[in-house]
Amino acid sequence: MRIRAFAAVMAATVALPCIVQAADLEVTHWWTSGGEAAAVKELANAFNATGNKWVDGAIAGSGSTARPIMISRITGGDPMGATQFNHGRQAEELVQSGLMRDLTEVAEKGKWKDVIKPASLLDSCTYEGKIYCAPVNIHSWQWLWVSNAAFEKAGVPAPKDWNEFVAAGPKLREAGIQPLAIGSQAFQVNGLFDTLVITVGGKELYEKVYKDKDEEAAAGPEMAKVFAAAVQARELARGNNVQDWNQATNLVITGKAGGQIMGDWAQGEFQQAGQTAGKEYSCLAGLGLNEVLTTGGDAIYFPLLKDEAKAKAQEALAETIVDPKVQVAFNLKKGSVPIRSDIDMAAANDCMKKGIDIIAKGGTATSVDQLLSTDSMKQKEDLMSEFFAKASMTPEAAQERFAEIIGSAD
Amino acid sequence: MAQSTPSARPNQLFRNLNSKIASIPMIFVALVIFLGGSIWTIVYSFTNSRLLPRANFVGFDQYERLWASSRWIISIQNLAIYGILSLIFSLVVGFVLAALMDQKIRFENVFRTIFLYPFALSFIVTGLVWQWILNPDFGIQGIVRSLGWETFEFNPIYDADIVIYGILIAGLWQGTGLVMCLMLAGLRGIDEDIWKAARVDGIPMWRTYIFIVIPMMRPVFITTLVIIGAGIVKLYDLVVAQTSGGPGNASEVPAKYVYDYMFQAQNLGQGFAASTMMLVTVAIIIIPWAYLEFGGRKRG
Repeated sequence: MRIRAFAAVMAATVALPCIVQAADLEVTHWWTSGGEAAAVKELANAFNATGNKWVDGAIAGSGSTARPIMISRITGGDPMGATQFNHGRQAEELVQSGLMRDLTEVAEKGKWKDVIKPASLLDSCTYEGKIYCAPVNIHSWQWLWVSNAAFEKAGVPAPKDWNEFVAAGPKLREAGIQPLAIGSQAFQVNGLFDTLVITVGGKELYEKVYKDKDEEAAAGPEMAKVFAAAVQARELARGNNVQDWNQATNLVITGKAGGQIMGDWAQGEFQQAGQTAGKEYSCLAGLGLNEVLTTGGDAIYFPLLKDEAKAKAQEALAETIVDPKVQVAFNLKKGSVPIRSDIDMAAANDCMKKGIDIIAKGGTATSVDQLLSTDSMKQKEDLMSEFFAKASMTPEAAQERFAEIIGSAD
Repeated sequence: MAQSTPSARPNQLFRNLNSKIASIPMIFVALVIFLGGSIWTIVYSFTNSRLLPRANFVGFDQYERLWASSRWIISIQNLAIYGILSLIFSLVVGFVLAALMDQKIRFENVFRTIFLYPFALSFIVTGLVWQWILNPDFGIQGIVRSLGWETFEFNPIYDADIVIYGILIAGLWQGTGLVMCLMLAGLRGIDEDIWKAARVDGIPMWRTYIFIVIPMMRPVFITTLVIIGAGIVKLYDLVVAQTSGGPGNASEVPAKYVYDYMFQAQNLGQGFAASTMMLVTVAIIIIPWAYLEFGGRKRG
């Protein structure tokens, strides 16, 4: 009897892994700042709870450092289990050439079409009617983060919109405070500029330029206003010598800078530093001018794998990502808006609630990542980083080149 | 049986067979990887390949876009400034250091080690070290200001007009030691009798160096030139580590353009066009020189 029981236990140890089909899944991403890492931990814990194992493949730097590494691993035949990309066209060609996994079954089972809002997120994942990625969160760029302490020190009331912020610039400088914090990574100036397009220029202009690629609108007088605002921003940003966006956010947190135009992922940094919205810092959605938020953000893509067990684990991860509980936990830490509207975000702080509110009311626009190819984005980034670094470059010259890029964009 | 058939004449192909077999891998590598890769790159630079290579030919479109791009023009200018100055300075400084070391000084080994040491560091480390040394708050400027010269200004890394010279300083610091060592080896190769003869004739030392020793060191100079030249064209990691092309795109270089467009912008065609232009530039310089250098000797 004893021997038989022993044999049964032995058999169970062999058979069990086959039943659960647990697998290690490497997930590559560029969520490396304090707030981001805390959010990833939530996601990893939830995935580990399904019996699989999350192998963290964080790549430091920014998306532009991480994406080439991810893409060369996928095209080079060494795919990871899952990888982050932004909503949009970054993985377009990988999907087209059949390197990515079709998630349509998982999506239908989870009724993604009904729960994921806004629909543009799932549209970005869809190619020829099939779904290739799981949206994780919604991020919007159109936020001005203001340090209340800095304004107090300069003796100016905290601004209610971008125009007041610009007017307060000289006072801030007099008080020895950097008016506008910005790091020197190209995506930061690029994002700042696009934010000015949609807030100062308006949603109509934004769509004409980026969606319809209207060269005339890009060269027109409406756009000239945006470039005039960009010159003001350049003046306010003079004297920055930090690199990463979170270092720039840190200047705002410590009151060394007046404010920063940065996406809502900056929120996570304020939270990590133990600050509360409305007290130590304020947030101005749409720079206080125009309450429209672009719905960019992150999605997880799954490369096509031969390993059965890993493929099952991929499905488990896709389900975990869209799970309501995980959505709440992840997005609270990350400071982003969840991809589904049917969950309770009562624990969110004031800034996040404002964002959720604007999106629920329909004040959304498609993000530039989804509208322009990475090639056109890169050209725009080159132009913007030159324009913001070179004070001698006139807005007219920059606009002329901008119009050219839009004219040839795809 | 094959071995029983006698060959009438020893086959030219099988002479010295061992060495021919031994060189097959190298010939294969040279043909397939270097030549084949280059031709493949040039061919695909005429396509509109994006993330993955596609044979959809578009003529000279990629080249037109390349030469209309201000970032590429800046890259070329930067490489020209860096190239010319680093060539001149590393040769001059390297030779002067070597000549000083050649004066039978004490502790020569110690000095040689000190001067050569930076060469043991990678360009990434060099770039990061000089990023800190040239940092306005913590580096040279900060130190001099804290000594009392409040208005002292030396801030090449964050000034778009002079940032390339900041990179040049780091590049020279790293590379001059090697040039010095090569020159020193060349100087040691000069026969003592030449020096004695020059001294007997009463020729001052500096003239001996310039008119007798340097012309005799021609082969050493050519080796050095090739090593420095290769280092200039492939300049990439130093820039990435020290400034990542900034401020703005004031310190961009062609190799970085190639990488950024191939992988970040997912536009292989544009990256291939840029790398082909780099190859053409090198060829324009190398071919006439190689022709004069090696073609001439064959005739003579």
